[in-house]
Amino acid sequence: MQTKSIIAGLALALLTSTAASAGDVRVMWYSDGVEGEVMKDLVDRFMKENPGINVILDNVAYSVIKEQLPVQLEAGNGPDVARVTAIKDLAKHWLDLRPLVKDPAYWDENFGDKADWMRPDGSDQISGFMTQLTLTGGFANKTLFEQAGVEMPGPEATWEEWAAASKQVADSQQVPFAMAIDRSGHRITAPMLSYGVNYIGEDGKPAPLDQGAKDFLTQFVNWTEEGVFAKDVWVSAAGNTYRAAAEDFINGQLAFYYSGSWQVANLTTKIGNNFDWVATGSPCGPAACTGMPGGAALVAVKYTKNPEEVATFMDWMAREEIVREFSERTLFLPAHKGVVEKGGLNFQTDNEQAKAALGTFVEASKATSETALKLPAWRWADTVYAAIVTRVGQTLAGELSLEDTFARIDADIAQKVKDAGL
Amino acid sequence: MTPPAAGSPAPSRSFASILLAPVKLVMGIIDVPLRALQKATGISGMAIFFLAPNMLIFGIFVLLPLAINFVYSMTGGTAFFLADRTFIGLDQYDRLFECSNYLDPMSCQEDAFWTAVGNTGWFVVLQVTLMILVALGTALILNRKLRARSFWRAVFFFPVLLSPVVVGLIWKWILQRQGLLNFALFEMGIEPHNWLTDRTWAFVAAVGVSIWAHMGFYALILLAGLQAIPKDLYEAAEMDGTKASRVFWRITLPLLAPNLLVVVVLALIKAVQVFDEVYVLTGGGPGTSTMFLTQYIYETGFASQLRNPGLAAAASILMGLVLVVLTLLQLGIGRKTEPKGGKK
Repeated sequence: MQTKSIIAGLALALLTSTAASAGDVRVMWYSDGVEGEVMKDLVDRFMKENPGINVILDNVAYSVIKEQLPVQLEAGNGPDVARVTAIKDLAKHWLDLRPLVKDPAYWDENFGDKADWMRPDGSDQISGFMTQLTLTGGFANKTLFEQAGVEMPGPEATWEEWAAASKQVADSQQVPFAMAIDRSGHRITAPMLSYGVNYIGEDGKPAPLDQGAKDFLTQFVNWTEEGVFAKDVWVSAAGNTYRAAAEDFINGQLAFYYSGSWQVANLTTKIGNNFDWVATGSPCGPAACTGMPGGAALVAVKYTKNPEEVATFMDWMAREEIVREFSERTLFLPAHKGVVEKGGLNFQTDNEQAKAALGTFVEASKATSETALKLPAWRWADTVYAAIVTRVGQTLAGELSLEDTFARIDADIAQKVKDAGL
Repeated sequence: MTPPAAGSPAPSRSFASILLAPVKLVMGIIDVPLRALQKATGISGMAIFFLAPNMLIFGIFVLLPLAINFVYSMTGGTAFFLADRTFIGLDQYDRLFECSNYLDPMSCQEDAFWTAVGNTGWFVVLQVTLMILVALGTALILNRKLRARSFWRAVFFFPVLLSPVVVGLIWKWILQRQGLLNFALFEMGIEPHNWLTDRTWAFVAAVGVSIWAHMGFYALILLAGLQAIPKDLYEAAEMDGTKASRVFWRITLPLLAPNLLVVVVLALIKAVQVFDEVYVLTGGGPGTSTMFLTQYIYETGFASQLRNPGLAAAASILMGLVLVVLTLLQLGIGRKTEPKGGKK
């Protein structure tokens, strides 16, 4: 017993020797665009106002957040605060800020409608807040359309109409691909929803792929084989690895790119005056014209040694004027009810295309389907996304037939549910 | 011969002795307990005493994780802490081996595992065979009297010094759709090809890049072997007018055989573990055509949604068994090729 105590003591000493000191708040942060710089500026201001708290901002790649952070959390480690997208899936690791923040009612009022996205089912926990809301949607290279003399499909246009028009543009302008969609289950779920998919079974667990899912996936595979959709993005990795097609769009190699509102700042900065582009919203399917909502959240991690300091930092970051400034400088859609209701956001860009694109996304958010709104708070969403990306990637590489793909997706999801012991 | 000036060596001796004094002091302090220990335990006890620190480190950082990994392979669930996991015996191994036809991965429950096994098998056969041939050819050329021979030796060894991530990125920039190779082909009027999204070419690229990255190391070992072959054998063959090909098959190759065997086994072990540069280059794609066993283990244990550490541990134990066989082979070869010294 004594030996065990000594070993446990030594292990604890070893672990704590690498942990943050009292007063430190370590933030794990990733950036899609300019938000890392904005965050650094805000953190510096926070530390000036709160000299007793030292915030360490670790800027990491998104893959670190996606692949390494969950492992750290499972081991009971990790940062004090993190910016994450798999907010529901990791909800058991978030700190309940309710007893720690100054005014829980302020949090409920302004962030309450998205609180379920980041807390365990049935809890009233305050885990953090959405740094931005996102909505998937399309971007079209307006210059290419104009040069090709092809009329751009309108707001109610279907996926088929966009595919036909984009193919015409690509053939005319000799760009490698007409369309591309990010290698992401979240992204591809948007058109699947427009085709009428519903992942959620009656028991709340994943349902087998329905006809809507099969219809869009069949169409997507056919389009890719015909060279309408860029094959590169989807076959460039195994498993459910994320790949964005933004670089191809930025380089003028695509007529139409389906991604989301978080790309606006990135496209604005990198495309500059090279060509004109527009946000198109989400093309329609037989069931809807919906995009997929989502976003990134700033959450507190329950393994922190400094919960009081973390709460002070989170309170400061969640202030209305800070959220407003963050949104205006990063060109992100805010998730703060007060900021949204008061409106008048002055997005800090001179780029008219960016302003118009943000307006399009705000407008498109009104067409978001009920099923789409349920998914961010659904525990199994990431499991379904991962299975779809993995198997569709194999199908596009010529390894699986469509029938096998559907069977494997269902089997993979069922196995994951079984592995989770539920 | 002029005798040294009287007293001249004395200062250097005293300087050396001043320098050595602290060492002598420490040695003297250590000597006392060590002598006592040797008296009490004998020579064999001293061997254990000196080996103990190393064995302790080996035990903590190699044997203990190995044992923990084995225990993990017999547990289920998605939790990382062993205490939170359920003991399920050999179920993870059953799951890996549940297959109606091992040659058709799609007939297996864990099709990704068997695809990775198949890919790794092909990779090992192709990469090791080609790399040994290229390394041997390179060593034979570098063993000749070349102009700037040292420079060429450094050139071939240089990729070995690069980080695998750097290797992967360099070749990705060369081989991707808008990469250097396609640019060069386009400039020459040849139709560019999408090398990394073509299953066959992506696999060829994985093999080729791996050979490029590691060949220098094996060429160096073979070069050392070539230089150890007595020159008089070649001189005698030359005097007899023996053909160059006969010299290679009858002198060079037999005398290089011990080095070649070591190189083959080392290359086999390294090839089974292939991961980093290929992961950066292709991400395991297109589809799963360049996904190897180590990537499968990594993805299953750490990267995939709802990780399964037990399944990853079971796959790594199986891979470990293959590596143990190869290591034993290497040790056996090492013993056989050791010079039999000490018996005159």
